[in-house]
Amino acid sequence: MTNPSLVAPGGARTAPPFGGDRRDAVSAAPPRPAAGPDLLLGAGLAAVAATLVRAIWFTPVEAMQGPAQKIFYVHVPSAFVALYVGLPLVALASVLYLWLRDDRLDRLAASAAEVSLVFMSVVLVTGPIWGKPVWGTWWSWDARLTLTLFLWFVVVGYLVLRGAIEDRQQRARYSAVLGVLAVLLVPFIHLSVYLFRTLHPQPIVLKPSAPSLPPEMQLTLFAALAAFLLFFGALLRTRVRLAAEQELLALQQEAL
Amino acid sequence: MSAAVAPSVLATALLVARKDLLIEYRTRSAFLAALTFALLAVVIFRFSWDPTAVAAIDLAPGVLWVIFVFSGLLGLHRSFGGEQADRAIDGLLAAPVSREAIFLGKSAANLVFVAAVQLVAIPAVALFYDLPVAGGELPAILLVALLAAVGLVAVGTLFSAMTVNTRLAELLLPMLALPFFVPVVTPAALATARILAGRPLAEIGGMLKLLGGFDLIFVVACTLAFPFTLEE
Repeated sequence: MTNPSLVAPGGARTAPPFGGDRRDAVSAAPPRPAAGPDLLLGAGLAAVAATLVRAIWFTPVEAMQGPAQKIFYVHVPSAFVALYVGLPLVALASVLYLWLRDDRLDRLAASAAEVSLVFMSVVLVTGPIWGKPVWGTWWSWDARLTLTLFLWFVVVGYLVLRGAIEDRQQRARYSAVLGVLAVLLVPFIHLSVYLFRTLHPQPIVLKPSAPSLPPEMQLTLFAALAAFLLFFGALLRTRVRLAAEQELLALQQEAL
Repeated sequence: MSAAVAPSVLATALLVARKDLLIEYRTRSAFLAALTFALLAVVIFRFSWDPTAVAAIDLAPGVLWVIFVFSGLLGLHRSFGGEQADRAIDGLLAAPVSREAIFLGKSAANLVFVAAVQLVAIPAVALFYDLPVAGGELPAILLVALLAAVGLVAVGTLFSAMTVNTRLAELLLPMLALPFFVPVVTPAALATARILAGRPLAEIGGMLKLLGGFDLIFVVACTLAFPFTLEE
């Protein structure tokens, strides 16, 4: 793992966020693109905006729930991206880090956790906003919202843990351990929440039989899913780059 | 020349557990603090609602389990906190024993600690809240409490090791551990409520299985994860 020819002699440890040492900076920092606008991020933003426009003005209003139902096109894609893409990415990167000890995996895990936290916060805010007019209550302890809430706490704990540890390797190891344990926790939270009743609408799109959404709504939903996925990827890439650059900066400051 | 054989995992764990419990027994300060906290909390909770409006038996399971969780966290903090002085942890790690055995020993000591607090707190709650424990409820409640304690202690000991030398140790341990305590507290509190309502034990079988499954998986996972939390 350690390449002696590249390790700085007598290098002191620093504490940059997602820190690193010279070895990582040389081998692992992603190639910096020519200075210019981040096209992927722009495309992601544009896609999200476009689907929101479509959802609000070009998709029919649902009969029973009225206009409030349109929050669905923000709530569901955010939940999908955070819970099915972002958090599994954190878990996978954590497991691989414990195996391979590559700092890029640690940066990926931490970045994915941060970006997933944002999307989970969107889920937790849009959920009650949607729930109040439709279910009559701001918060029902329904299965999926509750799972998202607990995972939100776990990710916040993950990020606070990272912030509390100065040593880079220790921080990466501890975060990875927490990431792996959090994966094991998910089915148990499911089972615990199952003990309570749920008000959450049953899945109406990803059922084995034909989905119950009319075609225009389906199209808007899938478009929204794709747009949010694109946006997530763009944010993730931006965050990982930021992390690598922060390491580089910390190294340079240390060398002075 | 015969080489001394390193003790087995079980022997090591018992040795470490005995050491921790002996240290605790000599001062008993953490135990008394946790116990006092638990009893005070029980009493304070009792004053937090109108006794004529809400029946104590309805709130007792929830109060019981919230108190166990927080007094348990108090006790867990000292599990690795004691090793900070003079870097005593290095002595443990230098010994030719497996890291997993050290973890099991520390967890066992914590389990005894938590179980001891529960043994006093549960009858105290039954007393203050006037719970109907004339029949076989008390042993059933103690069984549930023990099963839950195993899970709490496994997760709590691991997180105690991880948070002990961070900046925000006292805040960070509850923050990390509480989401993991939910699958323990939920079935435990529900089962306790059923027991107090006089339901037959067969009705809480599912909850006991959930507790047992959690215990099994997390004891194994935390034991395997523990070496990663130590310096290499």
